[in-house]
Amino acid sequence: MNEKPEKLIDKKGCRLDGRKADELRPIKIEVGILSNADGSAYIEQGKNKILAAAFGPREMHPKHLSLPDRMVLRCRYHMAPFSVQERKSPAPSRREVELSKVIRESLEPSVFVEYYPRTGVDVFIEVLQADGGTRCAAITAASLALADAGIPMRDLVVACAAGKIDDTVVLDLFDTEDKVGTADVPVAFMPNLNAVTLLQMDGNLAPEEFEKAVSMAIEGCRKIYDMQKEALKTKYMLVKQEEEVEE
Amino acid sequence: MSSLVTRVRIKQIEQLIEKGKRLDGRGVSDYREIKIEQGLIERAEGSARVLLGKTEVLVGVKVETGTPFPDTPNEGVMTVNAELVPLASPTFEPGPPDENSIELARIVDRGIRESKAIDTEKLCIEPGKKVFIVFVDVYVLNHDGNLIDASALAAVSALINTKMPNYDIEDGEVKIKQGYTQLPMKNHPITVTLGKINNKLIVDPWLEEEQVMDSRLSIAINDEGNICAIQKGCSGYFTQQQILEGMKMIQEIAAELRKKLDW
Repeated sequence: MNEKPEKLIDKKGCRLDGRKADELRPIKIEVGILSNADGSAYIEQGKNKILAAAFGPREMHPKHLSLPDRMVLRCRYHMAPFSVQERKSPAPSRREVELSKVIRESLEPSVFVEYYPRTGVDVFIEVLQADGGTRCAAITAASLALADAGIPMRDLVVACAAGKIDDTVVLDLFDTEDKVGTADVPVAFMPNLNAVTLLQMDGNLAPEEFEKAVSMAIEGCRKIYDMQKEALKTKYMLVKQEEEVEE
Repeated sequence: MSSLVTRVRIKQIEQLIEKGKRLDGRGVSDYREIKIEQGLIERAEGSARVLLGKTEVLVGVKVETGTPFPDTPNEGVMTVNAELVPLASPTFEPGPPDENSIELARIVDRGIRESKAIDTEKLCIEPGKKVFIVFVDVYVLNHDGNLIDASALAAVSALINTKMPNYDIEDGEVKIKQGYTQLPMKNHPITVTLGKINNKLIVDPWLEEEQVMDSRLSIAINDEGNICAIQKGCSGYFTQQQILEGMKMIQEIAAELRKKLDW
């Protein structure tokens, strides 16, 4: 274990990785990178490296879990054993079970589940490297995987965390800030519907600080939303170019 | 959960809430009656039973000795586990914990941990070698909705009720002595849950409302009135405005509930 840093933010308002309080980490998003999945996406946010794949709508397995009036969305968030400092057992931990649930619940409001009764859609998320804020990056990627699979959606879901380090409310905490900082507030958001679909918090925040953190996280979401849309477009530009070459 | 509410009933619930009323006669911001009993399990170091309307949760606390985590050698350990016991509801099944019971345990855990309710440094016996481990086991006995609030309240009440064994160190060995001391507590988080039905916020949803609601918001408030844990649940959403409105409702109710805790 590294020693805990004494200060997470210096006098000039610079964070350990040189960012300002309301600055995001560098983000790279790619869509449609797995050939076997119906939809897929890859995201890098800081040192986070996360893959998401969507399969379906397809027949439910086991069959008795299917619903007569809607599609069932299932979600598995999983961390690779080598994704963290100390090897993580590949068996699903309680944390992963909870995150799978909240991620599913954050994506569900975006999907027109009533369009495909009796079917299931599976979303698999693999965290290849973790650097804090993995649930948020995972949601951003998973929503793109669903869109890439052609599943009808109300909006893309985009997620970003805000939190408090030392005495400052900051955006998009990385690993050390998350562990040593005072609070972490992950938020998932659908910009077109102004809907918060995931909200969690741990730490200690006064009500005003919490209000500020939620606003900051939503602003961060809006910025990532543009990158999300750009990544989708890039993929379809490629498809279009390939079609033209063939013709 | 797989239990069903008929469409007529759903409509009824929605129409009533539109008028600010509810099926069980409460207003939208009324909490159900609460009863707290402490120390009913003599074998446990601490215990409490909470009745929230017809919802019933029993929490037992066991204190044992063990090794600390390597990254916190001077601190005792606290773990929370929740059992949705099959006798509590026709929808609960025996078997390993499912995502609902894991989520419940983790919400209760987060409230206690993040508010630093237990003074874990005082649970250290020998740094890096021996500490007290506090096992908080949530046992749901009857499910009539809002297990989160009932469990969180029962857990904190049980911790307040917890007595730790006295000990001596003889030749590096921990010897348990006669007598007990109170578990050192620094804070007392209160968790309050809201549901959203038809875009209206309601406090303390009971079973049928839980099956109808779009989304859920649980917030844990500490002694200072600060927020220490939040969990949004269910497959719906909240607007930013609703979150802030909900937070204010929750803070008022948490202040009321706090008066029922005795420490």
